[in-house]
Amino acid sequence: MATLTMISLLIVAGLIGAWELYTHVGGVDEFLLPAPSAVAEALVEDRGLLWENFVVTAGEIGLGIGVAVALALACAVALHFSADLRRALYPLLVGSQTIPIPIVAPLLVAWLGFGLAPKLAIVALVCFFPIVVPTIDALARVDADLRKLMRSFGASRWQTFRLVEAPAALPGLFTGAKLSVAFATFAAILAEQSGSENGLGHLVAQAIPQFETARAYAAVLILSAFAVALFGLLALAERRLAPWHRPGGVLAVGERRLPVDPHR
Amino acid sequence: MQTRIQAPETAPATRIEAGGVRLEGVTKAFPGRRRGADEVIALQGVSLQAAPGETVAVVGPSGCGKTTLLEIACGLIAPDGGTVDAAPAALMAQRDLLLPWAGALDNAGLALRAAGASREEAREEARPLLRDFGLEGFERARPHELSGGMRQRVAFLRTLLSGRPVLCLDEPFGALDAITRHEMQAWLAGALAREPRTVLLVTHDVEEALVLADRVLVLSPRPGHVVATLEVGAPRPRRRTDPELVALRERALQELRA
Ligand SMILES: Nc1ncnc2c1ncn2[C@@H]1O[C@H](COP(=O)(O)OP(=O)(O)OP(=O)(O)O)[C@@H](O)[C@H]1O
Ligand SMILES: [Mg+2]
Repeated sequence: MATLTMISLLIVAGLIGAWELYTHVGGVDEFLLPAPSAVAEALVEDRGLLWENFVVTAGEIGLGIGVAVALALACAVALHFSADLRRALYPLLVGSQTIPIPIVAPLLVAWLGFGLAPKLAIVALVCFFPIVVPTIDALARVDADLRKLMRSFGASRWQTFRLVEAPAALPGLFTGAKLSVAFATFAAILAEQSGSENGLGHLVAQAIPQFETARAYAAVLILSAFAVALFGLLALAERRLAPWHRPGGVLAVGERRLPVDPHR
Repeated sequence: MQTRIQAPETAPATRIEAGGVRLEGVTKAFPGRRRGADEVIALQGVSLQAAPGETVAVVGPSGCGKTTLLEIACGLIAPDGGTVDAAPAALMAQRDLLLPWAGALDNAGLALRAAGASREEAREEARPLLRDFGLEGFERARPHELSGGMRQRVAFLRTLLSGRPVLCLDEPFGALDAITRHEMQAWLAGALAREPRTVLLVTHDVEEALVLADRVLVLSPRPGHVVATLEVGAPRPRRRTDPELVALRERALQELRA
């Protein structure tokens, strides 16, 4: 394990070293490709500016994912309980994913203003689909025999949902939330570039015409680090709240079969 | 073989109403796997009566419709023909179907939760039984941390705790080693003697059927129908070596082979 960490650290160090070297001997314009040392310098020098804008973007991403989770959860439960609703709405869900966000984003900004609202709308719109699909799937995949068992215990539809289906769907929800981190980062930047007065996306959009390329790279670096940290946080929460679900572990409910051949 | 343990002190959950099971000429077919394929006839005209407090065992070759019969008795699937008249029945399925996120204690209490008990109430009621079943110290163990036999005992407990008047047990002790199986059989016999319930017991083990049941139905290979009904009159507690049981066992095996 320790050696593996060493190896990946060495690879990263090697790549950064090569990049640094290339900027010095490759003759590439520093406004196109700043050296890693220049990016590090920007990180330190512009820390106030970067932090200020980071807080804005992080808020958009965090809140946006929160809104998406809440909507996806409500939608998944509604669709789970009503087959009619599922037939009516599932195609619309897929349709929602085909909305060309880069085109809609400026319209949303024009409509909702330069504040937080259009960013939340865009982040939530982009994240909704990757969260709702695995959640609906996990709800639907609960073992039919387990539902039968609950019915034989006299459980109502709601009790079966609360005691069996909801916990079984938790890993699906987490899968969706983790996926959505990557989408949310991209969506927040896009939303900011479509019209805003602050945020890292806005900072990048301004830094490039000002030839502050190193600052733009620093902003991107911060954003990536934030996305990785958020992903890690969600993975940690998943391990706390849904510890029975390990990648490659038990996926469905009540897996182990008894040694009697059940013929189905 | 002699049973090794006495039935424990703790009685299973109360709140049991009297209730029997009566199936008349039950028929069930499943659609073929592909379009145009023949349908699979699982049961053909099966009748079964269990008076309140009686234990009726069903033995038969694999695939003859035993599980289907229990699901019909529990009202989980509707028969194609025949009549079903049964008090509320709790199922112990052939697979243990334990919840992977819950410990043994909470799994055992699931039926109580379904009946409206709070988590704490369910735990209080299940805890002493867990001890009786040799699961003390495993209250918080999740299913993947339990052996196959332990899982089966938890699943059995869960059904027992449902408090329903009829218990439909599908191969309840199939995954246990011989000694534990005999202990569990003795436990079940003791619990039923103290607090009668109507039990439908599906098993591959003819001896188990004869030790526990008032009546044993032998089913034919698919499509399942009753080929023999054996009344077991021997007094309880029963011994496997009882001459009556030995004779009945020979008859049952003969019917199964026919
Ligand atoms: N839901 C279903 N859909 C289609 N076929 C089914 C279904 N349930 C059972 N069958 C078929 O009905 C027949 C009887 O099945 P059942 O599970 O009742 O047998 P069983 O007697 O319990 O067998 P075993 O002793 O192996 O558990 C089998 O041929 C099976 O393939
Ligand atoms: Mg079966």
